[in-house]
Amino acid sequence: MAKLDVNIGALKLKNPVMTASGTFGYGLEFQDFVDLKGIGGIIVKGTTLKPREGNDYPRMAETAQGMLNCVGLQNKGVDYFCEHIYPQLLPTGGTYIVNVSGSSPEDYAECAACVDALDEIPAIELNISCPNVRDGGMAFGVTCAGAASVVKAVRQAYHKTLIVKLSPNVTDITEIARAVEAEGADSVSLINTLMGMAVNIEKRCKTLSIGTGGLSGPCVKPVALRMVYQVAKAVNIPVIGLGGISTAEDAIEFLMCGARAIEIGTANFLDPAVTIKVRDGINDWLDRHGVADVNEIVGAIR
Amino acid sequence: MKKYILDLTVVSVERVHERYVLIKLTDKAPLPPMLPGQFVEVRVDGSAGTFLRRPISINFVDKVANELWLLVACVGDGTRKLAQLQAGETLNCVLPLGNGFALPSGETAGHAVLLTGGGVGVAPLLYLGKVLKEQGIEPAFLLGARSAKDLLMLSEFEKYGRVLVTTEDGSMGEKGFVTNHSVLQQEHFDLIQVCGPTPMMKAVARYAREKGIECEVSLENLMACGLGACLCCVEKTTEGNLCVCKDGPVFNINRLLWQN
Repeated sequence: MAKLDVNIGALKLKNPVMTASGTFGYGLEFQDFVDLKGIGGIIVKGTTLKPREGNDYPRMAETAQGMLNCVGLQNKGVDYFCEHIYPQLLPTGGTYIVNVSGSSPEDYAECAACVDALDEIPAIELNISCPNVRDGGMAFGVTCAGAASVVKAVRQAYHKTLIVKLSPNVTDITEIARAVEAEGADSVSLINTLMGMAVNIEKRCKTLSIGTGGLSGPCVKPVALRMVYQVAKAVNIPVIGLGGISTAEDAIEFLMCGARAIEIGTANFLDPAVTIKVRDGINDWLDRHGVADVNEIVGAIR
Repeated sequence: MKKYILDLTVVSVERVHERYVLIKLTDKAPLPPMLPGQFVEVRVDGSAGTFLRRPISINFVDKVANELWLLVACVGDGTRKLAQLQAGETLNCVLPLGNGFALPSGETAGHAVLLTGGGVGVAPLLYLGKVLKEQGIEPAFLLGARSAKDLLMLSEFEKYGRVLVTTEDGSMGEKGFVTNHSVLQQEHFDLIQVCGPTPMMKAVARYAREKGIECEVSLENLMACGLGACLCCVEKTTEGNLCVCKDGPVFNINRLLWQN
C-alpha cells in the first residue's frame, strides 16, 4: 500500500484523486456507487453569488471521444448552498471544495467570503474559465490583468486554500498561471474545457443553444497534458491536472508531468465509480513499481 | 431508490421490427427493484462513435424469470451495436434511474387510466400496465403508429388491459393520431399517462388540460450523466430548469411550461 496523500498548499488530501466541478454534482448523486470519503477531494458544481438558470436546452453534444456542454453555471446561488446543501454534505465525511464563479471581481469575492465561513470547506476553486457565460467567467481567465484582478479581490476575502482554474482558450497559459500565482493563488487547476462547436447538417443549425460549448473527455487529454507540463515548470505553486482523465494510467501521466493532484470529470458520466477505480489503480501501479509515495512520481518527466 | 452498476447477461435479442429490437437481460442475483417509467443508462462497447451511455426506458420487469426487458430503437451506430448483442454477452447498466409514473391503486375510487404512446415510446407503458393491473386497475392502452407493421408488442399489452390502436394510414384500428381516437369522446378517464414523440405528447397534454384530466408525460431530453450531475438534459418547469434524468423523466403536465 503506497502512501497516497498529497498537499495542495495547506490543503491535505488523502489521495490525489479529485472530481471536476460540474461532473459530480454535490457528490450525493454518486453515493450509491462510491464511498465519498475515499475520494481525495470533491469539487462541487460552480456556485455564484446569485442563483443562475443557466443556458437554454440543448446544452450538450456528443463528439468523438468527448462531449460539448454549454450548461452556463446553472446553480441556486451561494446562500442556498450554505443553507441547504452544505448541511447534507457534512454527514458523508467527504472533503469538499466549492467551485466559485462570478461576473465581477467583487462578485467573486463576496461569494468566496460566504464559503470562507463554512468550517468544513477547506478550499475553493475559482472558476475564471467558464466558456459558457457571457458576463464574466472566461472573460477574466483569458488575460493576465483580468485573472489577476479576480484573484486579488478574492484573496482579500478568502483565507483558506485558493485554487484557480485556468482556461486553455489562451495563447500562453503559463502567463496566466504566473499572474494568478503573483496575486496569491495557492494552486492552479487546469484545464477547463476547450471552446468548441457542433452543427446539425440536416437542420442547418448550431447544435447547442448558444452555438458554442466547452469540449471535454479523452479527446482533450493530450492538450491538457501539454499545458499541465508547461505550467508545472512555470510556477512554484502546486498544479492540479485535469482534462480527459479516465484511467489510473491517465492520472499517472498527469502526475509525472508535474500535477500534484488530478481531477476526473467527464469520465464520471461513463462510469460513476471511476474515481475509486483510478485511486486504487494509482496505488496498484505504485506498488507494482516499488514506489512508496505518490509524491515521488510528481514531475518525474523533466 | 438505491442505484446500481451491473453487468447484466443478455438472455436474447429479438428483432421485433425493422428498426426495433427487444433485449432481455438477467443477472445471477435478483434484479434490484425498478418502477415503471424509470430508465437504464447502458454502456455501448465497440462503437467508436458512441462516447456516452445511452438512456433506455424500462420496457418490462419479469420478476419470476428475473428479467429486465429493454425495447431499443436502432437510430444510430450505438443502438445498432446494442442490436448485435448475442445471448450470453454482458451489458453494463446503471439502474434504476429517474422517477416513474404515478401508480394509483384500485382502492382509489374512480380511477380509469389510459396509457397512450407511439413509436418506441410505448416501451415503458407495458411495465406500467402490468404494475397497475397488479394494483387493481386495469388500464386501457391507446397505441399509435404510422402503419399496422409499426405497432410493437401488441400481444404483450393485451395481457394487462384493453388495447386500442390508431394508425396514420388506417391499416389497423382507427385512422389518425391517438388524439383522434373515438374512445376519448366515448369514455371518461381520470388519468392519462403518455410516452411518445414530443408533438404527440403535447397534443395529448393539450387534450387532457382542456378536459381537466390528470396527465403525465415521459420526456427524453438528450442526457449525459443520467444522475442529475451534469445538468445537460434540463426542461423548463414551473420550478425553473429541472433535470429530466433525475427530476423526471416522468412529469405531471402541470409542472411543464407546455401551454401551446
